[in-house]
Formats: sequence, structure tokens, C-alpha cells
Amino acid sequence: MSSIENKDASSLKAELIADFHLSQAKLNGKAALPIHQLRGEAMQNFDKLGFPTIRHEEWKYSNVSNLVKQTFDFHTKTEFNQADLDKIPLPHLTGNVLYFINGVYNAELSQIATPENKLKVIPFSEALAQQPELIEGYFGKYANYETDAFTALNTALAKDGVVVQVADNKIVEEPIILRFISDVRLANVGSQPRNLIIVGKNSQVKIAEAYRTVGDNAAFVNTVTEIIVDESAMVDYYKVQSESDKSYHIGTTQVYQKGRSYFYSATVTLNGGFVRNNLNVVLDGEYIESHLFGLYVPNGKQHVDNHTVVDHRKPNCESHELYKGILMDKSTGVFNGKIFVREDAQKTNAYQNCRNVVTSDEATMNTKPQLEIWADDVKCSHGTTTGQLNDEAIFYMQSRGIPKKEAIRLQLLAFAQDVVTQIKIDSIREYIEELILEKLEGA
Amino acid sequence: MLTINNLHARIEEKEILRGINLEIKPGEVHAIMGPNGSGKSTLASVLAGREDYEVTEGSVTFNGKDLLDLAPEKRAAEGIFLAFQYPVEIPGVTTINFLKTAINEIRKYNGQEPLDAAQFLKRMREKAKLVKIDDALLKRSLNEGFSGGEKKRNEIFQMAMLEPTLGLLDETDSGLDIDALRIVAEGVNQLRDGKRSFVVVTHYQRLLDYIVPDFVHVLYKGRIVKSGTKELALELEEKGYDWIKNEVDALEIA
Ligand SMILES: Nc1ncnc2c1ncn2[C@@H]1O[C@H](COP(=O)(O)OP(=O)(O)OP(=O)(O)O)[C@@H](O)[C@H]1O
Ligand SMILES: [Mg+2]
Repeated sequence: MSSIENKDASSLKAELIADFHLSQAKLNGKAALPIHQLRGEAMQNFDKLGFPTIRHEEWKYSNVSNLVKQTFDFHTKTEFNQADLDKIPLPHLTGNVLYFINGVYNAELSQIATPENKLKVIPFSEALAQQPELIEGYFGKYANYETDAFTALNTALAKDGVVVQVADNKIVEEPIILRFISDVRLANVGSQPRNLIIVGKNSQVKIAEAYRTVGDNAAFVNTVTEIIVDESAMVDYYKVQSESDKSYHIGTTQVYQKGRSYFYSATVTLNGGFVRNNLNVVLDGEYIESHLFGLYVPNGKQHVDNHTVVDHRKPNCESHELYKGILMDKSTGVFNGKIFVREDAQKTNAYQNCRNVVTSDEATMNTKPQLEIWADDVKCSHGTTTGQLNDEAIFYMQSRGIPKKEAIRLQLLAFAQDVVTQIKIDSIREYIEELILEKLEGA
Repeated sequence: MLTINNLHARIEEKEILRGINLEIKPGEVHAIMGPNGSGKSTLASVLAGREDYEVTEGSVTFNGKDLLDLAPEKRAAEGIFLAFQYPVEIPGVTTINFLKTAINEIRKYNGQEPLDAAQFLKRMREKAKLVKIDDALLKRSLNEGFSGGEKKRNEIFQMAMLEPTLGLLDETDSGLDIDALRIVAEGVNQLRDGKRSFVVVTHYQRLLDYIVPDFVHVLYKGRIVKSGTKELALELEEKGYDWIKNEVDALEIA
């Protein structure tokens, strides 16, 4: 079986498998550690699964065949420095700002503002090499490396990223901003960041991941973030993507919530050729609240796919989900939202809504809500709409002196506003507003 | 100021305006009346530049310019304002921000500097008083969830803010109670300055009690079939449209 698999395996797959064996060889005595055992298992899974094709139910509308035909350098040394950074500003950043260039933590560019008794921030590479016991209890325990090929790949091969640990009963005032930059000025570059965010009981923290590309070659970002929200903790988590047309971004955020915790997220995709976001939230305790917001504004030939899973396992929880899309030109969008309400999860309130505006005849949006409910005493609703711009509203605005282009822009901005206003890190929200304005210039 | 000459317009193969002639001079108020479906809103919409209608014949000049050649926003910038019969709800855009954008676009078109925040606020306070519109309303999304009367008042408020030279009021009186009607009418009257002109589309004499027209026209089947002074409106109030319809229909058969 595996020999057949290998025959039609993509060059990328072969490259990655070879890469894994190389890294194994360098482990010396550590290969027997549980964490490396787990990585080996993950690699086996990836080898078996291979990259998904559109025959795979979860990848029906998202074709990675162009990705797997290419090769990427996963080991480039980059010269990326402060001067380069100044060219891709994210103004007014304050707090803890961490930079990852091609997936590798860059201490020189980064700053930590919160004292260590509240917040521990350790590069994943360091945790892996020096303090495996720190992550052993969490790493790979949540994200699915068994049947999800990209997560398996990341689990096996992730070199860096960050481990964030918030102690119990702490309010972290300063946001944590993780900026991931693919520097593809010299070659196609692949990176597989792995982040582990552990938020202690009754603590509060705001975290953002921001992705960008610098340069004209292709980028492949395969990222996995695991977030553990302990009892009564509150986590705000934002993901902002503004990558290049030639980039492929596949990201999974796996969230595990315990009782009375609160998780509030927004996933905002502005630029990037091919984007697939998986946001999976497990509500494994009572009185949990989860909010999932999303906004995607693709143009050109961009493809943006958001898959979400909200898994209600215990009673008395609520989840709210609102994803909004503005699709222009020849772009394509996918929204697949699963809600599971397990047998135990009585008195669940789960709401899901996906609304889209398509501004061109050539853009398409595929939406698929999937509710699976095994409990009987629940309130669930879902709805999806895909419509055009409101011509009557545009004429109304024009009749008051506002040029058509500006009228369209105003209408789209207003549409996006529901999600943008959810973002409570000012610098990130302003950055997104800026990117949206830029993007809608061409609407 | 405005000269409409033999204007024909249609929508989806259906001819709605069938040869309108009308001359409006600065400072005049023209009332346009007529039965449902006669083309009153169509006329107002064509003048404002709604794209759904196709002008098949005729011309409209506004202050010497070929109006039909201009995009709707340019017509607005040239001084035309249409108060909609059915104002549109615009979620997510507050009336204040909407008007700031509109005013400054119009000023830009006319080569003027944008209003600064203080000037804008001053004008807004002044004009809000004119139609007794509440500050809180202006901070809400434009027309969203407004009552019928609030929407109409908001139209007049916007007109006051934009200071057009020709106001087209399409049934601004419908849906208003007596107090609101008086407020709206007084608002309009305060904008009458001897130069600004109005076209008032209405079914009711009661609005014309407040906004006294210089001329009254009856639109029927896409043509102005009768014109007169304010007394014509009183006559219509009394006798209805049947006598005019009969006259016209008899002529058409003959
Ligand atoms: N979008 C459209 N598609 C088809 N027919 C239309 C459209 N808009 C208007 N019409 C028709 O054109 C005719 C004139 O309509 P218009 O709205 O101008 O009448 P009106 O005089 O304003 O009537 P009312 O007094 O009821 O407001 C009507 O027969 C109407 O059905
Ligand atoms: Mg009408």
C-alpha cells in the first residue's frame, strides 16, 4: 500500500518525508522521548494520508494540487532585519510583539512586555530541545494529527513557533502579537509554525496572529495553534492574513475550553492566493461561551476557505458564530461550519450565520452549514446568505452626491464593520481597517 | 433653470413617460399631481438619474447643462436633490457620516474645500432644528429602523444640509401625521429663498396649504395633461381625477 502511495506522491511530499528522516537522525539520544515518538507517529500518518485531493469531502472546493506540485525550502536562512520590517509596518503595536521569519523566532526584532510571573513566552524550538516536559502534556493532545494530513505534517515537522503560558489568576493587560513573515525574496519558502497557548484558570489574555509575505516567490505556510482555555479563563484570539498572491496558507487553530471559560475570536483574511483556515473549538465543560467571527475579502483569483467546528460536549453552553464575506473579481470562497451538540450537552444555545456579498458575476461562494444534534433540549440556528450589492442603496447614495465607486465602498465597509468592530486590540483593528480600505479601492 | 423637452422614458419595454414638457424658473414651486401609476415618481427618478429607466426621446437641460448626460452624483453636485418616496435603509452607515461624505464630495466637485468638523457640526445643529430631528437619530444607521415619518423628515433634513438649487420631493407628505406634515412643510418653506426651486409630487391639497405652489400640473399616462395655478389643486381635491381622465381618454380614442 505505502509503495503505491509513494509512486504518485508529489515532489513536495517526498521532500517532506526526506526532511523528516534527516531531522530524526539529528536527534541522537532524544528520539525515544514521548514527544518525538509522537512526531514519528504523525509522520507515519501523513505518509499514509498524503495531501488531500478534491475527492476528500473536507477539501471538495479547495484544490491543493498546485501547491503539492511545487517545492519549497524549509531551511532558508533569512537576512530579514529591522529595515525590512519597516517596509511592512503594523503601526502602534504595543505589548508583547513576537516575530517569526519563515517560521523561526527572531529574538532581535521581538519584545516581551509582560513580567514572567504572569506570562511565559518561550520559542517552541527551545521548549522542544530543552524543556520537553513543559509541552508534553499539551502538544498534539488537541489538534488532530491522525486524520488531518496538514496537522500531521506540522506535528511531525514543526521547528518553531511559540509556547505561551499564562499563569492562573492573572490578567495580562498587554496583548500578545505574533507576526509571521514569509521572506520569499530569494526562493520558494515553506514554514510550519507551531504554537501552544495555555491560559491558566481565571486568567485573561488577548492574542493575535498576523501573517504576511515579503517577496515574489511562492510561500507555503502550514500552521497549527493549540489553545487551552482553563476554567473561567477569557481568551481573545485574532488571526489576520495578508499574504501574497503566490502564497498558500493552511492553518488550524484548535481550541479546548474548560468550564465557565470564554473564547472570543475573529479570523480576518484580506490577501493571500490560497487560504484554508480550520478553527475547531471544543466546549468541554459547563457554562462556556464561544464567539467565532470571520471576515474574508478576496479579490483577483484568491481562494479563501474557512472550516469551523464547534463541538458542544457539556450542558449549558453557548456559541455564536458570524462569518462575513465580500467576494470580488474571480475570487472563490468556502464556508463550512459544523456544530456538534453531543448527547450530554443539554440546554445548548448554538447560533451560526454566514453572510456574503458577491460583487462580480465571476466570483463564487460555497457555503455548507452542518448541524449534528444528539441532545433534545437545545436552541440551534444557522443561516447563510449570498447576495449582491444593494443597487437601490447605491442609487440613493449617488443621488446625494456620493460617486458610485465611493457608494459601493461605503456599503461594503459597513458590511464588514460588524466583524471589524469585534477586534479589541486597537493596533490590530486599525491595521485591518487600513487593509480593507486598500482592498476596497479596487471594488 | 430646468427645461424638460418632450421627455420619453421606458423601463423594460414599457413606455412610462410619453412626452413631458416642463419649464421651471428659479424660485418657483411646481406641484405635480396625478393618479397612481401615472409616472410621477418615474419623472423624479429620471431627473435624478436612476439607471433603470431608459430615456428614448427628448432632452433635459439644467442651468444650461445637458442633465441626461450626467451621472446621478454629478446631478446632485450640480444642485439637484431627490427626496425619495421610499427612502432606503443603509445599515452600518450613520446619517452623520453619510452626510459628511456627501457634502464634501459635492464641495469637491464644485472646487470647494471640505467643511471642517466645526463647520459641519454647526450646519448640522442648525438644520436639525429646522425639521426638529433628534440628534440620537442622526447617530444611528441611515434610515435603519426609522419610522415612516422619521424617514421623511430625514430626507428634508438631508436636503437642508446639501442646499440644492432644485428639490424634487416625491410624496414627502405621505406617512406623516399632521404635526410632522407641518414641520416638514415649514422646513421646506424656510429653504425657499427666491432662487431655490421645488417640484412637489403629492396626492393631497393639505401639503399645498403649507407649501403654496406657483403652478400645479396633472400627470396622467406619462404626460402633463393639465396645468394651472394653485386653484387647480383645490379643484382636483374637490372633483378627483375622473373628469381629467375622461377628457384625455376621449381625446385618445378620437
Ligand atoms: N421597475 C419597474 N418595473 C416595471 N414597471 C415599473 C417599474 N417602476 C415603475 N413601473 C411602472 O411605471 C408606472 C409609473 O410608476 P410611477 O412609480 O412613476 O407612478 P407614480 O405616478 O409615482 O405612482 P404613485 O402615485 O403610486 O406613487 C407604473 O405603472 C409602474 O407600475
Ligand atoms: Mg410615486
